[in-house]
Amino acid sequence: MDLRPGTRLVSAVCETGIIVVRPPTRDGEIRCGGVRMLAPNEAVPTGVALADDARNGTLIGKRYVCNDAGLEVLCTKTGGGSLSFDEIPLVEQSAKPLPPSD
Amino acid sequence: MSNRAPSHCRRRIDQAVNIATLLEMSAEAMGDRIAYGSRDTGLSFNQLMALSRSAAGVFGLSSVEHVALIDENNPAVPVALFGAAMAGVPYVPISYRLAPDAITALLDRLGHAALVAADRAGSGATRALTGSLQLPYRFSGCGPVIASRELLTLPSTDDKPVPEMADPDEVAVLIFTSGTTGKPKAAVLRHRNLVSYVLGTVEFGSADDDEAALVSVPPYHVAGVASVLSAVYAGRRVVQLASFSPDNWIATVLSEQITHAMVVPTMLTRIVELLDRDGVRLPSLRHVSYGGGRMPLPVIQQAMSLLPDVSFVNAYGLTETSSSICLLGPDDHRAAFASDDPAIRRRIGSVGRPIDGIEVAIRDAEGRPVQAGVSGEVWVRGAQVAGEYAGADATSSESGWFATKDGGFLDSDGYLFLEGRLDDVIVRGGENLSPGEIEDVLLAHDAIADAAVIGAPDVEWGDKVVAFVVSRDPVLTADDVRACVTSQLRSSRAPSDVHFVDSLPYNDTGKLLRRELRQRLNDLANG
Repeated sequence: MDLRPGTRLVSAVCETGIIVVRPPTRDGEIRCGGVRMLAPNEAVPTGVALADDARNGTLIGKRYVCNDAGLEVLCTKTGGGSLSFDEIPLVEQSAKPLPPSD
Repeated sequence: MSNRAPSHCRRRIDQAVNIATLLEMSAEAMGDRIAYGSRDTGLSFNQLMALSRSAAGVFGLSSVEHVALIDENNPAVPVALFGAAMAGVPYVPISYRLAPDAITALLDRLGHAALVAADRAGSGATRALTGSLQLPYRFSGCGPVIASRELLTLPSTDDKPVPEMADPDEVAVLIFTSGTTGKPKAAVLRHRNLVSYVLGTVEFGSADDDEAALVSVPPYHVAGVASVLSAVYAGRRVVQLASFSPDNWIATVLSEQITHAMVVPTMLTRIVELLDRDGVRLPSLRHVSYGGGRMPLPVIQQAMSLLPDVSFVNAYGLTETSSSICLLGPDDHRAAFASDDPAIRRRIGSVGRPIDGIEVAIRDAEGRPVQAGVSGEVWVRGAQVAGEYAGADATSSESGWFATKDGGFLDSDGYLFLEGRLDDVIVRGGENLSPGEIEDVLLAHDAIADAAVIGAPDVEWGDKVVAFVVSRDPVLTADDVRACVTSQLRSSRAPSDVHFVDSLPYNDTGKLLRRELRQRLNDLANG
C-alpha cells in the first residue's frame, strides 16, 4: 500500500483509526493488533483476530513512531489493538507540551 | 486567482490530514464538551462538527473556489473555517474594518466565491425587506451569500455522506497581509502547514474541562485562525469577543470564568490601565499570551505585578509561518524578573526560543549566517512555515528557509531579540539604528506615554532620527527626550527632531503604522 502523509488507515480487528504523519523510509506494512491495517473502504479479510501479544491499545491524539523506519502516525480513534510496523512495535511519542500561545 | 484545480477535475482522494480532521477527532473524543460559547448555551464539539458538515455541503454544492468571511468574531467563524476545509475550498477571512472599496477589491480577486457576512445593524451587511442581504461592498463572486446567523442554523446533513476532504497539500487558508507597499498580498497556508503547527504545539485533549479561552483577535488575523485550531485540538472552550474593548474584555473574563487569553500589546496596555485604575481582580485567569507587536517593558512589568498568579507567554510568529514560531514562556518571564544578571534580565524583551520543529538563523544582507549577538535578518525553517503568496512563486528557498524581513539577533543561549522590520531600519551615517531600541528607552521614561521613532532623509547623515512622543508632562522638552536617549544609548541614537503628538497611529491589531508617520512628515515638509 502507498503510505503517504495523510493516508488514513483503520484496524481490521479493533476500533483504532490512524493517519500517517511521516511515511516509512522502507517497504513494510502498518499493523494493528497484529493484523495489517486497512484502507477505510477496504473489506475486512475473513478469519483475522486480535493477536494476544498486541493488545496494549491505542489512544486518540497520541502519536506513535517507529524510529527505525522513520514512520510516525497519529491515532484518530482509540482502539484495543497495539500498533506495529511489520514486527516492530510502534512506541508512543512523548509530547513536549508547550504553553498555549494563541 | 485560483489555488486549486476546479472541482470537476479534482481527483478522488481518500487520504487526508486536513484541518477538519482536528475537529473530527475532538468530536469523536469529547463530543459533548462545549467548544464555542457559554457553558450553558454554547455549541458542543458534536454540534460544531455537524454545522461544519452542513456548511461544507452548501459550499460544495456551489462549486466555489473560495469561501470569504467578513464579520466580527462569532461562532460562524469556526463553522466557515472547518466547513471550507471539508469542502476542499480555501477559507479567506477579510477585515470588516476596511473601506467598502478595499473589500470589493479583495473580493474581486477571489473569483467564483461564497461569502459569509454579518447581518446586523452597524456592522457590515443588513437585511433588506426582501430578505436578502444588502452588502455595503460589491460582491461579484457569484456564489451564495450566507449570513453568519444562517450558517449556525443550517439543517443537519448527518444522513448524507461525509464530504470529501482536501489533500493536505491543498490550500486551507488565505490571509491578506496588510503590506506596507502596493496591494495586499494573499499569504497561502496549506493544510499541512497548519496541521504541523497544531500537532507540534498542542497535546490533543489536554485542556481541563473548566478551561476557557477568550479570543479577542479578529478572525482575519493569523492568530484568529490558529486560535480556532489550537483550542479545538486541545478541547478548550472558546469564548469570542465580537470586538475588543478593555471593559468588555475584563467583564467577559469575570462572567465566563476565562482561564486563558491571547492579546496584542495595545490590548494589554489598555487592560492593565483599567485593572490598575479600578483595582479589579481576575481570579479565574491563569494564562495570558501576547504577541503581534512590540510589548512595552513597563506594561508587561505592571501586568505581572497586577496579575501575580497569571503565567505570561510572549509569542512571535508571522502570518506566513502559521502563527507562533518562538515562545518566551512563564518560567522565562519569572527568571528574567528575578535575576540580577543583565543578560538574563534583558530576556523579558526577547521573544524567547524557537518551538519544536522550527529552526531560526540570523543572516547578513548576503544571506550568510552571523554569530550570536550580531544583528541581521531573521530566517526560519520548519513544516509550519509556508512563506508563499497566491499568484507568486514560493519565497522560501529550496532548502525551506524563509526570510522574515524582521531584524534581530540571538543571544548565546538562543533567545531571539527582535529589532523591528528591516524596512524600518534607520541608516544614519552608515550606522544601522533600530527604531525599537530607541522606542524602548523612551517608553521607560515616566513622562512619556507612547513613542515612535522613524528615519527621515537628511543631507548630512543620509537618515536622521525622528521621534514622535505622546507626553504625560506639559513641560517635557525635546532636549529632555534627547537626554533620555543619550542617558542609555550612544549619542547617534538621539532624535534630531522631536514631535509632540496626542496619539500614535495603530492598526486594529496593535501594529504601529510607521508609514502614516512618514506621511505626516511629508505633509509637514510640503507645507
